[in-house]
Amino acid sequence: MSDRIIDKAAAELAADIREGRLTSVEVTTAFLDRIDAVDGTVGAFLHVDREGALAAAREADAAVAAGESVSPLAGVPIAVKDVVVTKGLPTTAASKILEGWIPPYDATIVERVKAARMPILGKTNLDEFAMGSSTEFSAYGRTANPWDTGRIPGGSGGGSAAAVAAKMAPLAIGTDTGGSIRQPSAVTGTFGAKPTYGSNSRYGVIAFSSSLDTPGPVSRNALDAALLHEVISGHDPRDSTAVDAPVPPVAEAARLGATGDLSGVTLGVVTELTAGSDAAEPGVVEAYRAGIDQLVKLGAQIREVSCPSFVHALAAYYLIAPAEASSNLARYDGVRYGLRAGDDGERGLEEVMSLTREVGFGPEVKRRILLGTYALSAGYIDRFYGQAQKVRTLVKRDFEAAFEQVDALVSPTTPFTAFKFGEHSEDLYRMYLADLYTVPANLYGGPGVSVPVGLAEGLPVGFQVMGPVMGDDIAYRVAAALESTQEPLLADTAPEIEGK
Amino acid sequence: MSTISREEVAHLARLARLEVTDEELDAFAGQLDAVLESMKALGEVDTEGVQPSSHAVPLVNVFREDRPQPSLPREAVLDGGPDTAEGRFRVPRILDEEV
Amino acid sequence: MTRLNTYDAAMAAYEPVLGIETHIELDTNTKMFCGCSTVFGAEPNTQVCPVCLALPGALPVANKAAVEATIKIGLALNCSIAEWTRFARKNYFYPDMPKNFQTSQHEEPLCEDGFVDVVVDGESHRIEIERVHLEEDTGKTLHVGGAAGRIHGATESLVDYNRAGIPLVEIVTRPVPGTGALAPEVARAYAAELRDIVRSLGVSDVRMEQGSMRCDVNVSLNRPGEEWGTRTETKNVNSLRSVERSVRYEIRRQSALLDAGDKILQETRHFHEATGETSPGRSKEEATDYRYFPEPDLAVMEPSRAWVEELRATLPEPPRKRRERLQAAWALGDKEMQSVVNADAVELIEATIAAGSSASGAVKWWLGELSRRANESGVELDALDIAPSQVAELQGMVDDGRLNDKLARQVIDGVLSGEGGPAEVAAARGLEVVSDTGALEAAVDEAIAANPDAADKIRGGKHAAAGALIGAVMKSTKGQADAGTVRRIILDKLS
Ligand SMILES: [Mg+2]
Ligand SMILES: [Zn+2]
Repeated sequence: MSDRIIDKAAAELAADIREGRLTSVEVTTAFLDRIDAVDGTVGAFLHVDREGALAAAREADAAVAAGESVSPLAGVPIAVKDVVVTKGLPTTAASKILEGWIPPYDATIVERVKAARMPILGKTNLDEFAMGSSTEFSAYGRTANPWDTGRIPGGSGGGSAAAVAAKMAPLAIGTDTGGSIRQPSAVTGTFGAKPTYGSNSRYGVIAFSSSLDTPGPVSRNALDAALLHEVISGHDPRDSTAVDAPVPPVAEAARLGATGDLSGVTLGVVTELTAGSDAAEPGVVEAYRAGIDQLVKLGAQIREVSCPSFVHALAAYYLIAPAEASSNLARYDGVRYGLRAGDDGERGLEEVMSLTREVGFGPEVKRRILLGTYALSAGYIDRFYGQAQKVRTLVKRDFEAAFEQVDALVSPTTPFTAFKFGEHSEDLYRMYLADLYTVPANLYGGPGVSVPVGLAEGLPVGFQVMGPVMGDDIAYRVAAALESTQEPLLADTAPEIEGK
Repeated sequence: MSTISREEVAHLARLARLEVTDEELDAFAGQLDAVLESMKALGEVDTEGVQPSSHAVPLVNVFREDRPQPSLPREAVLDGGPDTAEGRFRVPRILDEEV
Repeated sequence: MTRLNTYDAAMAAYEPVLGIETHIELDTNTKMFCGCSTVFGAEPNTQVCPVCLALPGALPVANKAAVEATIKIGLALNCSIAEWTRFARKNYFYPDMPKNFQTSQHEEPLCEDGFVDVVVDGESHRIEIERVHLEEDTGKTLHVGGAAGRIHGATESLVDYNRAGIPLVEIVTRPVPGTGALAPEVARAYAAELRDIVRSLGVSDVRMEQGSMRCDVNVSLNRPGEEWGTRTETKNVNSLRSVERSVRYEIRRQSALLDAGDKILQETRHFHEATGETSPGRSKEEATDYRYFPEPDLAVMEPSRAWVEELRATLPEPPRKRRERLQAAWALGDKEMQSVVNADAVELIEATIAAGSSASGAVKWWLGELSRRANESGVELDALDIAPSQVAELQGMVDDGRLNDKLARQVIDGVLSGEGGPAEVAAARGLEVVSDTGALEAAVDEAIAANPDAADKIRGGKHAAAGALIGAVMKSTKGQADAGTVRRIILDKLS
């Protein structure tokens, strides 16, 4: 392996900083320089904060030098998805409607990242308001997949995943509403985790779908993700939906998994997420099956379980999420912050609001607002939103029944590898299928992680492990075990990016 | 069968304060229709007697004590505003709405 | 021009059905879903934070004190308290509502099925309460460029979000039929009773003129034996008197329309204090679709029975019971007690008596001179610059014969203009009854000399003529003489 800073994983960098082999300033500078060199090609960042990151790095170095007890990731820089609010740093949710908005406060998870003395490199690209599976719906241009710059990096958190895959950041924060951490991780060969809903504060995470949104880590490997998970997790009194319970010991679980022993662990293969669906590409299925074989070799028991309601999960998700979004996005009206359009002194407020939203929102956001408005409107709410919430109960029951028989559930993360730009823009439902395997965990609320499991026609494939609510540790353990069979890791073999 | 008409999209757009163009109306009507069509099976799921879930992880009685916390400095409040005057947010005149 | 029937003509042909929705701002320290202060009168937009300004990413957390206050109100209104309840979003766009939805309650209110009994003209009416729920207030909009801050004709509006997010309790009655011609008074009595109940709980200052209690009044008319008619909703009625007047006006207006064979439009209307009239609000070409759904950012509430009972144990004596008790203790007739209640003087009189005044003295000052002063300066009685203890002190001076009523009124002048307490004012202004008989006798002699005709009449047995001489003595002593003493001296000298 090379000795380049940017090739190292976060845990390794943290140890180097703690033990004086590197400074945070050196590490942070290396990643900032990498961003300068290749982000012209990748387009992962919407905003880079060189000055702020270096200032934080100097403080981290001072803390280490002073012998302060520092967090396990002190000094390691991080990229933050631009749907997470950062005080003094532009936050746009990749939407024109928030162009130029500088938040006066930090999200709780950002406060925790700062308290852990992790320099924030910048804000990463996403599908506008986290609605999409390709990052093509960003109002600020597209992000390329480092594995093939003609392809999408997944979405909505394509910027965070691409930043890690292209070694512009060792770690990133994403948010996962229907798969927006896991699917981009899968298609970029990175590790991504959606923690248990409520175990990571949503305060300061710009809402897409309140009952589903979950911030979580993106990294090169399971241990790095687990370390970041422990930095940002934990109860927050500012989020009424935050679970007030101890954070599962995910770092310990990742280390345990890395020993490669899964004896005594029973894994459930969900019929409906593999055999039941013809959506998955053959290469994906093949890599996934190879992953299963590896897990068996490590001592895991495999059992087939049926979760019949999962076939309806995607449809339920595409009613619940837009319904909540239609309400959450009502606040973008050009009155208190952000864009205002059409205020010519002649037009009345209602028209100015409508024009502002017309100009400020992109087509996918408008589509989902309309869909959500429809699902909630008088005469339809029971048939659409209400029915979707009942199906959500069925999905939860299926998960609960499954976890009586098995310790974790496994599936491919996403039915297909990175597609080409524009490939699915004509067929929305085909695009929505990208979330087919990830949405059940969002509806249920339990953790889901995506770990790279190999390539299909040269493109990364992700393997998903889902655990019970607050059972994030078992998901990390299984994923880390599978990771231990992957030599070398995809994160280490990603193609070199040509700078522009 | 078409589930959603052009007029219905226009009504939804009004409710959602979206000034959609005629072309957008047509496009959205078609797209929403396709999406809703693909969700048709959802309506056929037997949910008789099933309670709806509005939260992934249900919590009860989450309260805050009635103790004041600092508000934002007024500059920070108004700086974000597209148009402000006299310490307030200025908006165009409000037409045909409730007082 | 709106045609109106006379009230009597309307009542001869129609029966009214009432319904009242009341919004009450709670006086918690902080807002409903954030820690911003709720203190009234701060500079605009200084009591806002990411949550109540609806900045991207901000989330609500419910104020426990507001939930407790609402449960108390529910209990005081004889409601049952939900075992399972939650917030819902009411979606509509308005610039004073930062999220463009109001966090409210929809299908599962915190309190349901209560009642309030009110007495009008000795007759008790039961007003059934359908629901009591908790929600949040909006900001305040200033309309600029039109006439007198009105929305109509304004060129722009300015929004202050200090009020946005203050906890608001909504109390909704069931339809109230059967009040007959007393409908306006019943509506008023209900609003007054509700206000008194909430005030007794100490959870709101329930000041209608400041907007911390606002009534929406529904009225419909039907001919006897026929189905209930279409109702109108008069919004934001801001005084007890206006509640009564708005009902009366709507009955007169609607009956004239019905007589002419016209239909009543289901609409919201606005009440105009100056004219006592209502005018139509926005005519809705399409019904508002609020797209209510359970608030996903907040947890459900399951008030435990133990908690509810704990709160029930804190409830004070109901205002009506208390009034009955005080009326007996103060030995007041029904009419007098009603005047005390109408003048909002119950607490003030009680405090004055507690400070040592006789009941009759306390009632006399608060209902008489002080009410008149409050009226003159257009303020509430309790906003006058005089404390119950000072009124008690004043009455004590009268009881001791140190002040007569006329002097006492001058002392009140001094107290109200901030010259100090009654004893201080009396001393400073030299207002003290002259009890020096020598000085009074001299003044009487002077008066007799100056008014020989009157003196002759008294000598002739016409004692009523003493008034003229008493007046002259009072004038010469600048009112500081005790009229009874002066009269005695005059009669002694002249008979
Ligand atoms: Mg209300
Ligand atoms: Zn606030």
